[in-house]
Amino acid sequence: MADLSVKVAGVSFKNPIIPASGVFGYGREYAELFPLSTLGGIATKGTTITKRNGNDAPRIAETTAGMLNSVGLQNPGIDAFIETELPYLLEQDTTILANIAGSTIDECVEIAQKLEQTDVHMIELNISCPNVKQGGMAFGATCEGAEAITAAVRKATTKPLVVKLSPNVTSITDIAKCVEAAGADALSLINTVLGMRIDVNTRRPILKNNMGGFSGPAIFPIAVRMVWQTANAVSIPIIGMGGVASGKDAAELMLAGASAVQVGAAIFTDPYAPVRIINELNDYLDSHGIAAARDLIGGVQPW
Amino acid sequence: MKYEQNLYRILKKENLAKDIYRFVIECPAVAGVASCGQFVHILPKGYTLRRPISICEIDADKGTLTIVFAVRGEGTDAIASLSAGDFIDMLAPLGHGFSLPQAERVLLIGGGIGVPPMLTLAQHYGSHAVMISGFRSADAVILQNDFNAAGAKTILCTDDGSAGLHAMVTVPLEEEIKTAKPDMIFTCGPTPMLRAVAQLAEKYDIPCEVSMEERMGCGIGACLVCACKTKRENGEIHASHVCKDGPVFNAKEVAWNG
Repeated sequence: MADLSVKVAGVSFKNPIIPASGVFGYGREYAELFPLSTLGGIATKGTTITKRNGNDAPRIAETTAGMLNSVGLQNPGIDAFIETELPYLLEQDTTILANIAGSTIDECVEIAQKLEQTDVHMIELNISCPNVKQGGMAFGATCEGAEAITAAVRKATTKPLVVKLSPNVTSITDIAKCVEAAGADALSLINTVLGMRIDVNTRRPILKNNMGGFSGPAIFPIAVRMVWQTANAVSIPIIGMGGVASGKDAAELMLAGASAVQVGAAIFTDPYAPVRIINELNDYLDSHGIAAARDLIGGVQPW
Repeated sequence: MKYEQNLYRILKKENLAKDIYRFVIECPAVAGVASCGQFVHILPKGYTLRRPISICEIDADKGTLTIVFAVRGEGTDAIASLSAGDFIDMLAPLGHGFSLPQAERVLLIGGGIGVPPMLTLAQHYGSHAVMISGFRSADAVILQNDFNAAGAKTILCTDDGSAGLHAMVTVPLEEEIKTAKPDMIFTCGPTPMLRAVAQLAEKYDIPCEVSMEERMGCGIGACLVCACKTKRENGEIHASHVCKDGPVFNAKEVAWNG
């Protein structure tokens, strides 16, 4: 049994595997299948200041080795999250990242201030949602936007602050450097890649929102590349994600430079995916005689 | 156990009509807790997303579930390529099913691939049930003998008149309501049909439950993709989810024009 524990910005995770924001709700549904305490952490559904109903359905479509979604940040709002969901999550003996996704800087600041009064372990600031008209990806598309929102939320909280980046940019390393300079403690990447499918019989996009976020194994090489580039550009830790479906994928993303790994679409294929990936990562480490998962971080030997 | 994911053996496979298949699946733990109106979430091998398919029959004694599904695309085609003896990857049983109140007379209305989930209800209510089925044409008709065997009175409609009544299901539905007011209406099928059935139920003040369909992700209520607009008592429109809040909803809850 290898030592799977990792630290990200001073926060301890018993293992590097974290269900990604959006696929896992607040954990209750998956607690029917496995104890949440087996997880390294949980990134909660993106929370806005007030309740959001999200986009019209259909909100999901299959693609080759992946999927599109256009949920549009449906959530009960920060007060309901703090009152109803967070107390349950904090009892699960795992690290909780509260994902916040306001549509304005002021809204993100207000959500962060409300979370400051709680025992949540980390804040994951989502500046990369592709499915909302205001905020979301627009914040993360320019250095100025990313820097401004990061700096504002940084002032509003003493919690370790992770900023979640979009791959839908010209240079993710430029954005990453700006976010680091603005006071982020860590980065998480990649959010979904903007995509689209059309039903050739009806000539209608499959998603009612026309476009959506592309995830799943098909985007894994993009995630590996962006984590590697970003790890070489900043000195703050990175939580990697994007199409991870196996323990070897998790090891690969850590070799590229990730300190921890989020798992998203894979859980739709296999509801036990996070637990299986933890076991597979341990098997990989044992079979290679690697004592600790953290020894993988940034261990790629590029040509 | 509320639900579980595993590989289960297919005991029997039948082709009921063009592109319509029936599987009998050996899954004692799932059959032991499943209820009318719930669904199973099946992974076609090699695909990312599961496909929700409603339960057609539950036999807790034999430890089997029966599903009937239509080939709609590549995923369901991959499921249909499985044979008796093969294993099927299923997350089940899922969702909120029918309420099954005590009743002297219930009307069941199914349209197309919405007919199969009505069979669990026909088997529950037996001779107290009237099953009205609607299909495109005679070659798409399925399960009529099964509804008869369950003891239900069966009424068949087709869009082109090639079998049974040349009528929409709402025509015999209104006649049956006028003959003797039922205690309950249950329905599953295309949304325009569900809306029309819900309108008749409201007109005659009969409680009605509808089984809805939507493209799904997780199937258990975490990912929130399968949204269905519902009305709350205060009139507020809410995005409920077909996988967990449904697939069965009170017809009055659904925001049909939302």
